[in-house]
Amino acid sequence: MNLKRKWLTRSRREALDCYIFMSPAIIGLVIFMLGPMAASAYFSFTKYDILGAPAWIGLDNYKALIKDPLTWQSFKVTLIYSAASVPLGLVVSLLLALLLNRSIKGIFLFRTIFYLPAVMSGVAVALLWKWIFNPDFGLMNWALGLIGIHGPKWFIDEHWALPPIIIMSLWGVGGSMLVYLAGLQGIPTDLYEAGEIDGAGAFRRFLHITIPMLSPVIFFNLITGIIGALQVFTEGFIMTAGGPNNATLFSVLYLYRNAFDYLQMGYASAIAWVLFLLILLFTLIIFKSSPMWVFYEGSRRSSK
Amino acid sequence: MNKTNPVFASAVRTERKSATVSRRRAERLRDGLTYLLLTLGSLMILVPFTWMVSTSLKRKQDVYTFPPHWIPSPVEWHNYKDAFTVFPFGLYTWNTVTITSFVLLGTLLSCSFSAYGFSRLNAPGRNLVFLVLLSTMMLPAAVTMVPTYLLFNKLGWTNTFMPLIVPAWFGNAFFIFMMRQFYMGIPFELEDSARIDGCSTYGIWLKIIVPLSRPVLVTVGVFTFMGTWNDFMGPLIYLTDENKRTIALALSYFQGSARAAPDLHLLMAATLYAIAPCVVLYFLCQRVFVKGMVFTGVKG
Repeated sequence: MNLKRKWLTRSRREALDCYIFMSPAIIGLVIFMLGPMAASAYFSFTKYDILGAPAWIGLDNYKALIKDPLTWQSFKVTLIYSAASVPLGLVVSLLLALLLNRSIKGIFLFRTIFYLPAVMSGVAVALLWKWIFNPDFGLMNWALGLIGIHGPKWFIDEHWALPPIIIMSLWGVGGSMLVYLAGLQGIPTDLYEAGEIDGAGAFRRFLHITIPMLSPVIFFNLITGIIGALQVFTEGFIMTAGGPNNATLFSVLYLYRNAFDYLQMGYASAIAWVLFLLILLFTLIIFKSSPMWVFYEGSRRSSK
Repeated sequence: MNKTNPVFASAVRTERKSATVSRRRAERLRDGLTYLLLTLGSLMILVPFTWMVSTSLKRKQDVYTFPPHWIPSPVEWHNYKDAFTVFPFGLYTWNTVTITSFVLLGTLLSCSFSAYGFSRLNAPGRNLVFLVLLSTMMLPAAVTMVPTYLLFNKLGWTNTFMPLIVPAWFGNAFFIFMMRQFYMGIPFELEDSARIDGCSTYGIWLKIIVPLSRPVLVTVGVFTFMGTWNDFMGPLIYLTDENKRTIALALSYFQGSARAAPDLHLLMAATLYAIAPCVVLYFLCQRVFVKGMVFTGVKG
């Protein structure tokens, strides 16, 4: 009895500490996030042109959305882009991090070069890639010409418009590479020494030490990668304007147009919330699967 | 007994020797391969980057010549000067530095503090709060932009740095998630022994978790710095006074409009100027990433 009461007070004390530690995030969530999110949810049931007051129309936006072929096209393009760019980025950034984690001469310089693309984000980079894939005087077709290949029309041809954007997404792997690199730093070296003594080769050490120890970071990069890819916007906005023939009409680009070009904020909000639910669904599936493949060193006490 | 057998001992010695020799050879081969791959990758990155540098030194009419001239002639060094005589550039740099410093401090403190609660302490509803926090990343910003603006307007914060700085002191879903993943990997034994020595939960966060997570703190710091330094949307929406502008906002001047093509040579010069501090900072910060530093002296 005495023991039980002591245990109770201890767990209550822990809960109190937990709430205090979480409080900055909770306060920020309530003040800066939930209000605007709730407002956009409300807008999705209204006709709202931003300038005037929103007028309640019930489910009309959602009904219109189902009938709108452009919405479906935009979801299709976004899903194809994500299905290609997320796994590709995950693998490339992990391999890069492994290479850059070796202690060889000049590694600082290499690490800086490989992070350069992540530093240069935004419009200048989009314009740079627009030039690279310019069919007539761009770098890509010039290089392909050197090895005797006549390059496609890229952004002008609807079948070739999406691949350059997927390739371009690899330009941004510097960020997840850096997170992997930080993760690799956290793997105690004695684990590798123990593995070596037990006769495990480099590949087995990678498979049985690096991957499990890195799994929390892989998990992070996977989830944030999916969230980011499904909201891809800048490339379509600046480079292709959704064309040709809507081949690069990403969902967020389409909802952006509805919101700020056609002044249909209500309809845009409806698209945003459907996209939100889609992203939430993917995230939950991965979260539920995580106990099978994500390994936490300190998981002894974390309750699930 | 085998130790006394000289024949056996020498056999062992040669075997060991050949083992280290073959190991050294394998090591050298692996180093060579690493260099090869890294150099190839670097070239792929540096070619477009070189184009940016080269474009920034060209005359306007030479930018689109084909095939591209990698070495501009004549070299127009004054592009760099031209790009920034248009603005009070010192003032914009100072504005950017001010905002970035406060955001950096707020993000590092609030995110590592919150992440400790989310990862290593238990409380009812913790996982639900975490999920709600994550969900804030899932709604496209385009539809929360207007209500967020109205909120800051009501608070009387528009045309001040407040909307750009204050939210950073109340956590950020992306970074809290990142730190949580790292904190969950730290063995609990460390905490237990500190607790036995009379350390409070707050002391544990400050004295054990924060020092142990230096690589992830630096990563968050680098991301925050880059993100704030280059942020264009935030300053565009909230800052109306010309003397409150930031560098990223000034850059947009060169990006052209729907009608006019951008002055590519000036845009590239301005972009290179704007990213220079980021590259220097990153180069300095990555020295924290030295293998084996984090857990030295800690045997889990």
